[in-house]
Amino acid sequence: MATIKVREQVEYSAYERSYLPEIFRGLWLSFGRFFANLFGSKKTRRLQTINYPDEQRVYPPRYRGQHRLLARADGSPRCVACYMCSTACPAFCIHIVAGQSSDTETEKYPAAFEIDMLRCIYCGLCVEACPEDAIRMDTGIHTPPFYSRDDGVVGRVDLLSLIGRPGTPAAFGAQNTREAKGRGD
Amino acid sequence: MSLFWQDPLVAMATTTTVKFFILVVGFVLPLAAVLTWMERRQSAYSQDRMGPHRAHFFTLFGKPFVAFGLIHVLADAIKMFFKEPFTPRTADRMVFRIAPAIGFVTSVMIMAQVPFGPDLVTGWGGVWEHIPLQIARLDSGLLLVLALGSLGIYGAALAGWSSNSRFALLGGLRASAQGVSYEIALGLTLVGLLMVHGSTELSALVDAQGGTTFFGLLPAWGIFLQPMGAILYLVAAIAETKRAPFDLPEGESEIIGYFVEYSSMGFGMFMLGEFVEVVTLSALFTTLFLGGWQLPGVLGDHLLQLGPWRLALGPLSYGLAGMAVFASKVFLMCVLQLQVRWTLPRFRYDQLMHLGWKTLLPLSLVNIFVTAVLLALDPTHDSLAAFGLLQVVAFVLVTIAGPRQRVGHPAAAH
Repeated sequence: MATIKVREQVEYSAYERSYLPEIFRGLWLSFGRFFANLFGSKKTRRLQTINYPDEQRVYPPRYRGQHRLLARADGSPRCVACYMCSTACPAFCIHIVAGQSSDTETEKYPAAFEIDMLRCIYCGLCVEACPEDAIRMDTGIHTPPFYSRDDGVVGRVDLLSLIGRPGTPAAFGAQNTREAKGRGD
Repeated sequence: MSLFWQDPLVAMATTTTVKFFILVVGFVLPLAAVLTWMERRQSAYSQDRMGPHRAHFFTLFGKPFVAFGLIHVLADAIKMFFKEPFTPRTADRMVFRIAPAIGFVTSVMIMAQVPFGPDLVTGWGGVWEHIPLQIARLDSGLLLVLALGSLGIYGAALAGWSSNSRFALLGGLRASAQGVSYEIALGLTLVGLLMVHGSTELSALVDAQGGTTFFGLLPAWGIFLQPMGAILYLVAAIAETKRAPFDLPEGESEIIGYFVEYSSMGFGMFMLGEFVEVVTLSALFTTLFLGGWQLPGVLGDHLLQLGPWRLALGPLSYGLAGMAVFASKVFLMCVLQLQVRWTLPRFRYDQLMHLGWKTLLPLSLVNIFVTAVLLALDPTHDSLAAFGLLQVVAFVLVTIAGPRQRVGHPAAAH
């Protein structure tokens, strides 16, 4: 059964039905915007366009941006290859290959840690899942454009090379208990 | 034996060619191309955007040379010319290829009758003594202009039919129905003007607008003598150009229109033709209602006869000044038309037909009647101008004094 929706009829006044004065008022309005934007001062110009590569929008402070991996003091990744992030990931974009670590306490290290930026939805669930504070989304950068789909897969070395934007918690801090203890060689 | 260059035929061929290059190649086509850019940037600025301004192919003084975005016109032209001119398998090949040219050529041909400057009295003697700045001075004048305008509809109608596509056919049908409906109003709105000036020849119409009226206070422009005719003509003529708010034959959001099967320069001709029509309409409106190339008190034929300007400027620069005035008037009319397009929403098709048959047609008949009565009472045009001025003032007052905001509008009740 199709339902027919009867829209309420708008009663137009005789003034509006004569149409022409309204046209001229509309033209007055749009011409006004046109000249205000073309010849006006900074105050009257309301151009919304941001000329993207030349100018960039200032992002709000809570903008996260691309992921990065955090390193321990010796430069090795904090990641212990526990697969928590890749399990939490709703887009299945994190690919980890675990390797045998010489560190008896952590046992494993990521031999490969890849994020497919084409699949990632930037939800941040991997950051929440991580028990080691090894992955964060605080770089504030866009994932740069690439030509090949393979270039969209960012590996361990590249992820480690990124740093957090100013104002984010320091990478080397006391929040990681294991790190504070140091590596038990 | 007369000399070669004293032959009237040689003189006519030479001056006509030069005039063609000045008017069509030097003014109409470049202006139409620039209008494609203006349409985009003007609409952008009206909507608080920037519009195209990035295309460039070299850098000047460390900055990309964008020329306010005009390079986009060049880029579009290159794109249009180098795309594949695709013809559908079931299309009528010959008509399909000819159709874009018909609309384009007819709208350019109208320009032949538009006087774009004063008659030059050169002082070169013989056949060169008197050169009118008008390509073809025909007594049929306005009648031929209207006839060519009607012929332009064939471009859209044939394109729609020959494409052998349903949407294109629908667009072509819409174009022809719309064209036929508005042609009547278009012709009738001009009858009042013809009654006032008593000629169909366009340069005679311009000369007739050279003097003053309303007891010497107003220039005798058509827009003051026939304000209602001017507005009705503008509406009907915009409908003839098939541009928004009358762009039903295109209907970008529903049917793509009569040119849906065209690619590359076939489509380019339709697009450029549309802008040529805008220029043509502006030129016609300028000629009929805005005094053509004349500027009241500064440039005019009555001043040419006795004037200090002719002595001061010399014939050629006098002609150039007239051409500049004409060009600026045409340009301003083009700007107005572009803004109309980006201000008004599109009509529904029944509304379009209502407007054409039930509003424009009766109003133009009323205009003819009132003009005839006033002319019979007072052949000096003064009472006609007074009535015209009354119309303008009343209209302005109604526009200004109208309600600021709708009361009880459903949208406002949210």
